[in-house]
Amino acid sequence: MSASPAYSEEKGGSSSLGEPEYGHDPASGGIFSSDYKRHDDLKEMLDSNKDSLKLEAMKRIVAMIARGKNASDLFPAVVKNVACKNIEVKKLVYVYLVRYAEEQQDLALLSISTFQRGLKDPNQLIRASALRVLSSIRVPIIVPIMMLAIKEAASDMSPYVRKTAAHAIPKLYSLDSDQKDQLIEVIEKLLADKTTLVAGSVVMAFEEVCPERIDLIHKNYRKLCNLLIDVEEWGQVVIINMLTRYARTQFLSPNQNESLLEENPEKAFYGSDEEDSKDDKPDAASLVKRKPYVMDPDHRLLLRNTKPLLQSRNAAVVMAVAQLYFHLAPKAEVGVIAKALVRLLRSHSEVQWVVLQNVATMSIKRRGMFEPYLKSFYIRSTDPTQIKILKLEVLTNLANETNISTILREFQTYIRSMDKDFVAATIQAIGRCATNIGKVRDTCLNGLVQLLSNRDELVVAESVVVIKKLLQMQPSQHSEIIKHMAKLTDNIQVPMARASILWLIGEYCEHVPKIAPDVLRKMSKSFTGEEDIVKLQVINLAAKLYLTNSKQSKLLTQYVLNLAKYDQNYDIRDRARFIRQLIVPTEKSGALNKYAKKLFLAQKPAPILESSFKDRDHFQLGSLSHLLNAKAVGYQELPDWPDEAPDPSVRNVEVPEWTKCTSREKRKEKVEKPFYSDSEGESGPTESADSDPESVSESESESSSSSSESGSDSGSRGEESGDQSEEEEEEKKKKKKGKEGPRKEQEQVKKGKKKPPQDEGKGGSESSWEEGSVSESSSSESDSGSEAEESQSEPESKRRTTPPSSKPAPKASRKGTKEISLLDLDDFTPVPPQPASSPAVVSTSLVTDLEGLTLTNASLAPTMLSPVFSTMKTYELLHRMAGEGLSVEYYFNRQPFPPDPHMVAVQIQFSNNTESEVKNLRVSEPKLVSGMRIQEFQEIESLAPGDTASVIMGIDFCDSTQAANFQLCTHSRQFYVSIQPPVGELMAPVFMSENEFKKEQSKLTGMSEITEKLTLLDKCQSDHTIVQRVTAAANVSRVPCGADNEYRFAAKTVTSGSLILITLEQKEAARAHLTVNSEKMVIGTMLVQDISQALAQ
Amino acid sequence: MIHSLFLINCSGDIFLEKHWKSVVSQSVCDYFFEAQEKAADVENVPPVISTPHHYLISIYREKIFFVSVIQTEVPPLFVIEFLHRVADTFQDYFGECSETAIKDNVVIVYELLEEMLDNGFPLATESNILKELIKPPTILRSVVNSITGSSNMGETLPTGQLSNIPWRKAVVKYTNNEAYFDVIEEIDAIIDKSGSTVFAEIQGVIDSCIKLSGMPDLSLSFMNPRLLDDVSFHPCIRFKRWESERVLSFIPPDGNFRLISYRVSSQNLVAIPVYVKHIISFKENSSSGRFDVTIGPKQNMGKTVEGVIVTVHMPKAVLNMNLTSTQGSYTFDPVLKVLTWDIGKISPQKLPNLKGIVNLQSGAPKPEENPSLNIQFKIQQLAISGLKVNRLDMFGEKYKPFKGVKYITKAGKFQVRT
Repeated sequence: MSASPAYSEEKGGSSSLGEPEYGHDPASGGIFSSDYKRHDDLKEMLDSNKDSLKLEAMKRIVAMIARGKNASDLFPAVVKNVACKNIEVKKLVYVYLVRYAEEQQDLALLSISTFQRGLKDPNQLIRASALRVLSSIRVPIIVPIMMLAIKEAASDMSPYVRKTAAHAIPKLYSLDSDQKDQLIEVIEKLLADKTTLVAGSVVMAFEEVCPERIDLIHKNYRKLCNLLIDVEEWGQVVIINMLTRYARTQFLSPNQNESLLEENPEKAFYGSDEEDSKDDKPDAASLVKRKPYVMDPDHRLLLRNTKPLLQSRNAAVVMAVAQLYFHLAPKAEVGVIAKALVRLLRSHSEVQWVVLQNVATMSIKRRGMFEPYLKSFYIRSTDPTQIKILKLEVLTNLANETNISTILREFQTYIRSMDKDFVAATIQAIGRCATNIGKVRDTCLNGLVQLLSNRDELVVAESVVVIKKLLQMQPSQHSEIIKHMAKLTDNIQVPMARASILWLIGEYCEHVPKIAPDVLRKMSKSFTGEEDIVKLQVINLAAKLYLTNSKQSKLLTQYVLNLAKYDQNYDIRDRARFIRQLIVPTEKSGALNKYAKKLFLAQKPAPILESSFKDRDHFQLGSLSHLLNAKAVGYQELPDWPDEAPDPSVRNVEVPEWTKCTSREKRKEKVEKPFYSDSEGESGPTESADSDPESVSESESESSSSSSESGSDSGSRGEESGDQSEEEEEEKKKKKKGKEGPRKEQEQVKKGKKKPPQDEGKGGSESSWEEGSVSESSSSESDSGSEAEESQSEPESKRRTTPPSSKPAPKASRKGTKEISLLDLDDFTPVPPQPASSPAVVSTSLVTDLEGLTLTNASLAPTMLSPVFSTMKTYELLHRMAGEGLSVEYYFNRQPFPPDPHMVAVQIQFSNNTESEVKNLRVSEPKLVSGMRIQEFQEIESLAPGDTASVIMGIDFCDSTQAANFQLCTHSRQFYVSIQPPVGELMAPVFMSENEFKKEQSKLTGMSEITEKLTLLDKCQSDHTIVQRVTAAANVSRVPCGADNEYRFAAKTVTSGSLILITLEQKEAARAHLTVNSEKMVIGTMLVQDISQALAQ
Repeated sequence: MIHSLFLINCSGDIFLEKHWKSVVSQSVCDYFFEAQEKAADVENVPPVISTPHHYLISIYREKIFFVSVIQTEVPPLFVIEFLHRVADTFQDYFGECSETAIKDNVVIVYELLEEMLDNGFPLATESNILKELIKPPTILRSVVNSITGSSNMGETLPTGQLSNIPWRKAVVKYTNNEAYFDVIEEIDAIIDKSGSTVFAEIQGVIDSCIKLSGMPDLSLSFMNPRLLDDVSFHPCIRFKRWESERVLSFIPPDGNFRLISYRVSSQNLVAIPVYVKHIISFKENSSSGRFDVTIGPKQNMGKTVEGVIVTVHMPKAVLNMNLTSTQGSYTFDPVLKVLTWDIGKISPQKLPNLKGIVNLQSGAPKPEENPSLNIQFKIQQLAISGLKVNRLDMFGEKYKPFKGVKYITKAGKFQVRT
């Protein structure tokens, strides 16, 4: 704010400068002159009551802002329009407000109430946008209001609003960091959110506000891993980076056991790799007692779930996954990222630049990874120089004994490039190759010497510098080269090269005893005109010659030292004084004088030419800090692996309450197929029918890994955990889909339920452990081989998954559904065997996709057929006695009746208890109330004694509970039967969001609303039972609801499609309000009765 | 994350600025200008610049620098990718991403930027969502708007943002339902002096133009999917289906988009469709040289090679070139030292040839290096890798769409060293 006057002045000045271009700007028009009065026009326009004028004015103002001109004096006029009806005006006002509110705090407060109103709007998008603007206004006074709004929005039922809340958190934090504690609470709450929409944004908030609170992640770790693939791209990047850090703190290094066995070629060249050697020592000592490394299943989960993202179109996502693999994966698996990274090299040059920097770092550590792609790093003459140099870096890192000849040939073409900077870099690269690979050292040296006769001085200079370094390794053999270089002092002007030559001659003056003093003579002549580094080397040369050959060079040395004494540069003066003291013996000279020779002519270790990218990998790859090779503001250190793994059980999640899942789950079943997520997808029967066994087994194991199952499983598992063999048997029975299976299971469930509650916790952790292990083994199946050991170490998971994989697909999938239906339900009525003709459960209606916002925790996914399916009541159509041995039962299978969507599907089951065959079972002479229709089932030709058959027929009840009467004929007899539907079966569930629900509900008030008060029994208090009872009584689906004590359900009548909305509000002391909103009052009334009865039972 | 954005043209004018947090003064761009000066060439401006208080991450697109100001650690690719997405969006909205287009539509640009980032974090980047929020300008609409005073702002609320398939608009209706796929393959190659291939690979993309009503669910299968070595997908593609069946199954976005990009495995030998014979030499001490280039077709599977353009960056010492071409026309830019030879179609009967004299600066030493030739060409109706689309099936909608697949092979980074 304080800067604003200066700012406006500056802008005022520039506005007249920018005038000529002003005409380009349609929004600014030609009528305005550059003087300040033009704002009066704008004010007038803003005050008018015509929207078009306001809009025009706002457009001009925004154009001014965009050009960086000051428009702050219009603030009062603009802010008045914040409540304007016209959407575009409003949006532009928001743009203005956010830009200038900070400078005009008092006036900005005028607008706050509008946003506060917006926060209460029934439309989620308006709520979200109000919160967005409100939180973007950087005015400290409104911090409490913002805090309140964020808190409220964080528990909004719309995920979009919650997402906006997550976005608002860092805004508030930057405005007032004192709010941190409260914000962390909100973050914690939002982290638990199960929607993909929120996940990315809240992790971003987490990273900005409290990246150190890694403990908040534990409970959400698995969920984040599973959701990851469906999160939008930007969120993926943030989550992956955060999870990389998390994994470094929670898991053990996957490479700790390998480092000894592995051959480590880079060590030969770069000395010992720090990290490896660190690993080595403890390993060597404690290898015996250390137990073999087993990867934490959660660690594996992360690696597995991020891998598909390497195929993302977004370079940032690919890079994020690549760095995750680099930092977290076992060495053997890191290779997969190379291909993806090489792909990015086709992208924009900025992307190339960043990727190459990271590849350069990686290629030092893991050279083998990029070797197959060597040619992708070949340089084109059209590449920008900065890209060329990075590619060169990578090529040099990749050079080894086998490919060095190809690389050198490539380098030869580069040396003739027009781009001299690049040529210089190439020469350095050759030098590095020569030092690293002894075999080619002579070849390289010869090549470089040839370059000394190059016409371009830069090339020669660079060669000299590199040759100097190479010669230092084996000087004795190369006095010829040194002589050759000594001659160059006459011509070469580049200071660095001159300095290098002088140093070489000084260092090896014994090899060139005749030339050295002559060089010194020449240099002392030109001493005053030399660059500083050259001067220093001249002094150096003089000193060395004085020591070795004082006869010839004594005078020259003194001359040089005298020149240096009066040099302008203090470094040189200093050096001259120091050297004089050292070498020229005087009476005062100290003890050091004796050692002068040792000091100057000591053996010097050859320099190691190494990559500037070495050791950069202590920064998290892909980060800004890595790129700059310096810690950027806000950089979070990548921690070292822990020595001991922290307790993995912290990631176990309490079993999500079953009831909370139902609606989502049902929606999931409709969501035709998720994008990417592997936990979903192939679970639908239609799908698995044609997919290969592998995917079936996967869907199978996935479905069992889903937390909904583990939720229901928890009871029984808790019970069984001690008795493995029993469970095994159980398992087998399930696979056979025998009838006893369900009953037994169910008994167990009952037993489990009766267990005291403290067992619950144990069961929970048990089951989620299982969840991990199951998913683990599913990967081991698909990933073939590599993880075989791991899954063996977990026999449990192995056993669970192998059998189904060998079964034919369709069976497996049906059994899958069956298995799920067995779970959980305490008032289970044995389900008659599933008819083979049962229609597909998955409806491919994609429209629900659109609404299916609450993409749940992916692990919930494929458990289709929620309780609805299993709580079907069976009704008797024909008693065994009345039917003379033929008994007929029916139930409503609650599935859409495909031939006619207006019909209710009725599953009819015949069992022949007579001694003889019953033939020609069919429906005839339906006597129906007008409007009612029947779709008869196909005639059953014959039913053997003792056999059962099951068929589906469709009946259009016209949304009434009147019975459908018809005759059931056999070859010999006919029976009059009637089917009377309970009101709850006349509807089909619909999936809607909370907002839609509210919207619809508001339309159905007055006459269409039926309310009843009821008292809930003790046993009926839990979410679980309530939802179950309601869904048992009526074919409805649950609608997500923000409030705890409220349950919402929605359905449509089958025939007319009118909505039925059910709300159950729990009040204090077991009282509750049941409200049904529906156009069909009769149905509504009956439904209220049925449901309250069901709840009262 | 992203604090501010400045758009700067080549002459160094900041013509647009947008701040998502507190205002950052324009003077921060001085660091950028400094780096730009140092780099000499626009391509060599480092994309990441560190300044005392900020970091500048920039991209260069269509003669515009997009300079973003960052204050804290953020993955640089995140910002770069986003900036490119911004440029793509401008391209998509205005047909070109140029300074004039941006200045002409400054309000829409501002609205777009406002929607794309919230507090510096990307919010809505999918073109389908953005178009629902802010309608792209068309001539018709701007006429109507100027008469009725209505606006480009979508009246409806952007429900797409709430969808879990954010890339597709909710209600799409067409009278003609069409789905077109262009399989475009580019050959990247480096050919050495002697004409042997140093490096060659095929990079391909499938660009789609989908105009289908409702919520179609498409699956596209290939005759030979194993050819595709490394694939990257539009988010709409179901990864699992691809993994298990090698079928692209997706609910497409509406309009134009890139479905996949792929690389054909490098093990396969790449058929190089053209060959080049060249003699480029400079005589010692005579300030002239010889230039003789012939280009001919080879292994092109009976298709004509067309749109052939040869570009050569000549050494700095070259003053002028006197050449005659048997086909097409050539230009030489004496400032940039770029020779462009636009040939057109190559007919195998008469091979195009360009030869003549190169004039060098007198007194300058003979250039050491030989320039490399960059070649562009196009072959219609051919995917050089042999990739073939097998079939396209549509589920979820009842109508019969019109389907079309087109194959094109082009030269990518195709370079002949001399």
